[in-house]
Order: sequence, then C-alpha cells, then structure tokens
Amino acid sequence: MEQPNLLYIDDLAGNDSMFKQKLIQVIKEELPEEIKIYLENYDKGEFVKAAQNVHKLKHKISILGLTKGYAMANEFEHNLKNNIPPNNLHEEFKTLLEVMDDFIARQ
Amino acid sequence: MDCIIIDDESMARTIIRQLCANTEGLNIVEEFPNAIEAIKFLNQNNVDLIFLDIHMPDFTGFDFIQTLKDPPKMVLTTSDKNFAIEAFEYECIVDYLVKPFSEERFAKAIQKAKVTLAGENKEPNATAATVDEPENHLYVNIDRRLIKINIPDIYLIQAKGDYIRIKTEGKNHIVHSTMKKIEEKLPKDLFLKIHRSYIINMRRIIDIEDNSVLIAKDVVPVSRSNRPELMKRLNLL
Repeated sequence: MEQPNLLYIDDLAGNDSMFKQKLIQVIKEELPEEIKIYLENYDKGEFVKAAQNVHKLKHKISILGLTKGYAMANEFEHNLKNNIPPNNLHEEFKTLLEVMDDFIARQ
Repeated sequence: MDCIIIDDESMARTIIRQLCANTEGLNIVEEFPNAIEAIKFLNQNNVDLIFLDIHMPDFTGFDFIQTLKDPPKMVLTTSDKNFAIEAFEYECIVDYLVKPFSEERFAKAIQKAKVTLAGENKEPNATAATVDEPENHLYVNIDRRLIKINIPDIYLIQAKGDYIRIKTEGKNHIVHSTMKKIEEKLPKDLFLKIHRSYIINMRRIIDIEDNSVLIAKDVVPVSRSNRPELMKRLNLL
C-alpha cells in the first residue's frame, strides 16, 4: 500500500520548523473530524454529502503525497456524486484514511 | 495589499496565511471558514484581494462572487481543475490555483494580482489627463456609425480575414480594416505587433511563457521573428 510522506510540507516549510509543526498540528486536529463526518454521511446513505467530504479530504491526501490515493478518491467522489452504487472503493478509501490518520498521529 | 482568506478548511487557510507572510506587501486582515461571515465583513471593510475556495458547503465561492456588487480582485483556490473556464467568466478573478500549490505558483498569482491592480489604479488618471487629446482616440466605422474607442483601453487587436477584432476591457469591435492600417494609428511605445495576426498593448501583459503572452484573458502566440523585439521592450530584471 502507498505510504504517506511529508515531502510537500517539508518543501513548503523550508527551514521554518515552527510552521511545519503548526501545519501538522492543524492536520492532526482537522483530519479525524473530516473522517468522522464522511463516515457518518456515507453510513446514512447521504452520498452527495459524502462526495463533498471526499472532495475536501482530497487536499489532505495530496498534501501527504498519496498520488494513487488521490486518483482513487477522485473516482470515488465521481461515483458518489453520480449515485453509482457503492462498491469496494468505500473500503479502499476507508483504509486510505486510516493510513493517513495513523501516519499523522505519529508525527 | 490587504487580503482575506475564505476557505472552510483550516489547513488550507494556514498554508495561504504562511505563503502571504513570506510575500512582501501582503497583509492578511482576516480569514473566514465560510462565505457568509466574509460577506458581513466586506459590508463594512474594503480589501484589495480575496483568496477564495470554490467548494464550500451551503454557499460556494461562485455564489459568494455573485452576491458582491463591486467584487475585489480574487485568486480562486480549489482542488478541482474543472472550474477554470467558469472561473474566468468573472472579471474579478485574476488567477486560479489548484490545491496543493507550490510557493512559486502562489508567487505567480500574486504577481498577476499586483499587475492587475496597478493597471486599474493608473488608468483613471491617464484617461483624465489625456481625455481631450485626439491622438488618444480612434474612430472606427461599424455599420455606418463612427464609434469612438479610447486607445489605452485597447488591449488586443486580432486579424480576422478582411477584418480586425479590437478588444477592449468592456467591448470587442469587429472592423473592416487591416493590421497595417491600425498599426499606423497606434502609439508605438504602447503597442507591439507580436505575430502577423496580433498586436498587443504592452501595459496589459500579465505574463509571458515560452512563445505565448497572457494578456487580460487571452493567450496570444508570439512569432519567432517578433520575439526579440518583445523581449527588448520588457523591463527585465
């Protein structure tokens, strides 16, 4: 499975370690909340809302360097928006979110 | 430049704030997690530039733009590339950043905003000072009417067979004439032919990339033979 990285954050922060920590802290706070809202909407069958949640999560997916994950999230967002019946993408997306959450919690 | 950030994602606001802090001349006066709060703020405050997210729940970035009577200049920020065409329908939008963006790409957007704002601030004075000088106007014959065009307002002239298209901020005019004839009527310090089918207003250039020039919302080709003159006329650092 593709693993997250901090390349973009390191590049953006340069030598500014305070900014790097601040940004990681913001992700630590925001990511679990966004995951929770997504799962609630998905479980309730609110797929259009879930698509919006996936859209928002895509920014964090790409910030953490997950290019394959980003492509998968794109496809999943499209499916949800167009009411294409759920398939294994939800499970795949959930796994991706767990990997991101674990990674950022360890920083 | 006084700026505000409108984005429902805290991480996005943090990144933009940091990039602004690293950029000379940018002052973030406020940031908002939704557009409604920003509208309330803008009812009582003026800003020069807004960093605006398109995808926000309930009230999107485009909804926000449509509520403003006289919108400030804006840089759109989004994870979606598909809105670019719609975005440039709005005159207030100076650039479109796809998240996540690099510091270099952000700097380019700020440069575009600065050039646009500087152009707008200069124009009223220039027009007022020269309004009665006939050399600043051009009369063109369209459907047996002589239409007056303010020359500094022209940003692009394009050849179209036996016709030329004169593009200004507010209007486009199709005139039965030739590039040679109009070139003779235009001030040489302000206009330059960069291709056999295009004359541009040098003050309206936003950026130049390889063999094309971005001028207002038009991407215009530069021919190989005209490129040296164009480069000579630029105030290159």
